[in-house]
Amino acid sequence: MRADLDLVARMVAPGSRVLDLGCGDGDLLAALIRDRGCRGQGVEVSREALHACIARGVPVVEADIDEGLPDFEDGAFDVVVLSQTLPAVHRPAVALREMTRVGRLGIVSFPNVGHWRPRMQLAMRGKMPVTRTLPQRWHETTNIHLCTIRDFEALARAEDLTLLERRLLDAGGGPAPPRASRRPNLLAAGAVYMLRR
Amino acid sequence: MPVEQVETRSAVLFDGERPLALDSGATLAPVEVAYETYGTLDAAAANAVVVCHALTGDAHAAGHHGDPSRRGWWDNMIGPGRPLDTDRFFVICANLLGGCRGTTGPSSVDPASGRPYGLRFPLFTVRDLVRVQRGVTRHLGVERPLAAIGGSLGGMQALQWALDAPGELGAAVVVCASSRLSAQNIAFSAVARTAIMSDPDFCGGDYQEAGVRPDRGLAVARQMAHITYLSAESMRRKFGRRLQDGDVPRLGFDVDFQVESYLRHQGESFLRRFDANSYLYLSRVMDYYEPFADPVATAEAVSAMTSDVLVISFDSDWRFDTAHAREIVRTLAAHGAPVSFREVASPHGHDSFLLEVPEYHRTVAAFLDRVARERVPAAATA
Repeated sequence: MRADLDLVARMVAPGSRVLDLGCGDGDLLAALIRDRGCRGQGVEVSREALHACIARGVPVVEADIDEGLPDFEDGAFDVVVLSQTLPAVHRPAVALREMTRVGRLGIVSFPNVGHWRPRMQLAMRGKMPVTRTLPQRWHETTNIHLCTIRDFEALARAEDLTLLERRLLDAGGGPAPPRASRRPNLLAAGAVYMLRR
Repeated sequence: MPVEQVETRSAVLFDGERPLALDSGATLAPVEVAYETYGTLDAAAANAVVVCHALTGDAHAAGHHGDPSRRGWWDNMIGPGRPLDTDRFFVICANLLGGCRGTTGPSSVDPASGRPYGLRFPLFTVRDLVRVQRGVTRHLGVERPLAAIGGSLGGMQALQWALDAPGELGAAVVVCASSRLSAQNIAFSAVARTAIMSDPDFCGGDYQEAGVRPDRGLAVARQMAHITYLSAESMRRKFGRRLQDGDVPRLGFDVDFQVESYLRHQGESFLRRFDANSYLYLSRVMDYYEPFADPVATAEAVSAMTSDVLVISFDSDWRFDTAHAREIVRTLAAHGAPVSFREVASPHGHDSFLLEVPEYHRTVAAFLDRVARERVPAAATA
């Protein structure tokens, strides 16, 4: 499993009801169901990802987060995960509202474009950054709303969300070295937040 | 590969000693059921997959009865290497209660009066249909079917089975079904029934004794229903405005367009295999179906459910559109039941569930394969 998913998995309390928005092949949910006794439910739009989940027994619903989450009732889940999916949605604020409507807690992870490496690439080369956390070129990526740690925290404030916990990531998706916490927006390649409304 | 020659068998599942107790409080005996099976039941009786048919289906789901060109209604789904793989699964399909293809229904003789039941046949529910399905599986030595699968009314039975018998059904595959018909759905069925019941040969349902059949009404009912099973796009592709003979319209009221000829054929061929009273009862059972009507009972039933559920809809199905499927998904998810849902792209409307739509078959195959790997003892499948 990807290092950042492993970190997310350890933030989920055993036995939780978990909804994973943009769950991909279901790696996180499969691990949560198997190792942490969770009830997992995925949401995906990609045909291949849906197929992979069904083939491995991860319950998955074909739905587009950009259309809201009408399939899920208020407070139906303990935890709603939005892992590396936020930059790909059309209306990030709506996604945050919907996830905190259907779940008590939200876990959001995203690549930090404020990290020094993408910043330098843009500043020095004048080209959109391509890094380990942002591996696709500007015309290939599905990310349309890239942001920095500072941007995200501003949106969370504007949306009246309480940020309960923040973990900083290195370029490999593992925990960033402690010194990153001095200048997170410059030194962390990504971040994971636990939040609630 | 296709299933080879098969035969329909029959069993008396409920008799005077142990009659079928219906939701309405009425009892029914005897209840004879026609069924077919494909594949082999394993030693642990753990590999049974029950196919629940829709409004006008029958027990003959796969294979043939002597003429290999005339095959069962779900032949593309059932067979060696097909999604319902008969090399692995023991597939069972029974004609529904109230049907007219070998199972007790309104055209059967009421032992109390010696006359065909007609409209004196008791009204029944989807739950009653499931009672009979469960009777069939037990008769075949299966206590816990691996899965139940069906489209439309068949999907309703698979869903109801999962709700009614926690711990019994491994998985339910619910294809283009509904947990609550819309006003438009009921309206279409109402017009079909009006066509049947206003046929002068309907005779209040006692047409058998009168030696007639309400063929005109039944054919119209079928024709109208058939339009709702296709999409506008599939009709445009299939017929367009093409004429039956040549390029010059005949300019009259006889069949002239190809679509008219097709509908007439659909109506006529339906008469050979279907009974008008069965049509009334089996369409009515769908109108009244509402498993999630009571929120308290729903919470209880869904929370107790142990089956894995796969819900499938088709994007061009306007008879039971995706909103119906999503309603089922929403209700199951609200009470913590794990559910998978796919909306499959297909131009063929409601009929898609009967057709070989690759993405649909692939999804069903992957789901059943995984359920079997998890729930069938390894030794039994080896």
